Amino acid sequence: MSTNILDPNTWVDKYSDYLYNYTIVRVNDREIAQDLVQETFFAGLKSIKNFKGEASERTWLISILKRKIIDYYRKINSNKGKAEVRMSYSSEESEGDWLEERVADPFDINAESEIENTELGLAIHNCIDKLPEKQALIFKRKTVEGFETEAICNEFDITASNLWVIIHRARTAMAECLEKNWFK
Amino acid sequence: MSNEKNKIFVSCGEANHYCDKNQYREASLWEKIKLNIHLIYCKACRKYSAKNNRLSDLMKNPKVYTLDQSTKNDLKEQLKQKLAEKS
Repeated sequence: MSTNILDPNTWVDKYSDYLYNYTIVRVNDREIAQDLVQETFFAGLKSIKNFKGEASERTWLISILKRKIIDYYRKINSNKGKAEVRMSYSSEESEGDWLEERVADPFDINAESEIENTELGLAIHNCIDKLPEKQALIFKRKTVEGFETEAICNEFDITASNLWVIIHRARTAMAECLEKNWFK
Repeated sequence: MSNEKNKIFVSCGEANHYCDKNQYREASLWEKIKLNIHLIYCKACRKYSAKNNRLSDLMKNPKVYTLDQSTKNDLKEQLKQKLAEKS
């Protein structure tokens, strides 16, 4: 088994989008997600010595991120718990298992498609990560961030037809990857 | 060259190129016409076109998040600083 080496300078470019999506699915807030990703990178930097090289960089960062997310929920839950204790029924007769009675309708179509959509985000970023680095970068600029063709050409110092060839290859690879991982 | 440009029937490669452009609303009217004429008789490109459109639909999904570039640059700077502090 080959050992992996950490290179913190490439972390932001390579993993921040994936980690960000991963976090948003779980905390449902952009700002908090951003903070957690940042904390993850810092924590990774701190414990760089503990990296044994058995997992890939991304897996390792994800495992740190998972802990950060758990910590985050611990923090907000310790606040919430105090509020919940005070809840009670107004009269004696209506007493019962209030928690069970208040469970939301499980067949919420919106919630389901919401989950599906966030999962799609992860699937897409997974596929983007599989593209060659330059292709991935240009594809993201063009498709996700919606930059003008000319702006991208200037940034990477390529011609327009160059760009379209790259985009074409990226799109073909992406379609194939999503076909396999998303539509099944 | 002008002869090339005025052809109604284009090769599959060109048709795919127009199709890619069309995903970003950057194909001209004439290019769109040429693409559609090509699609009438070319099954392979119809398939590619369908796939390409589906990919665009997926990508348009509002749940595909990315961090914007300035945030990324900030993050990079901070990481660099921390790295420098360590060594």
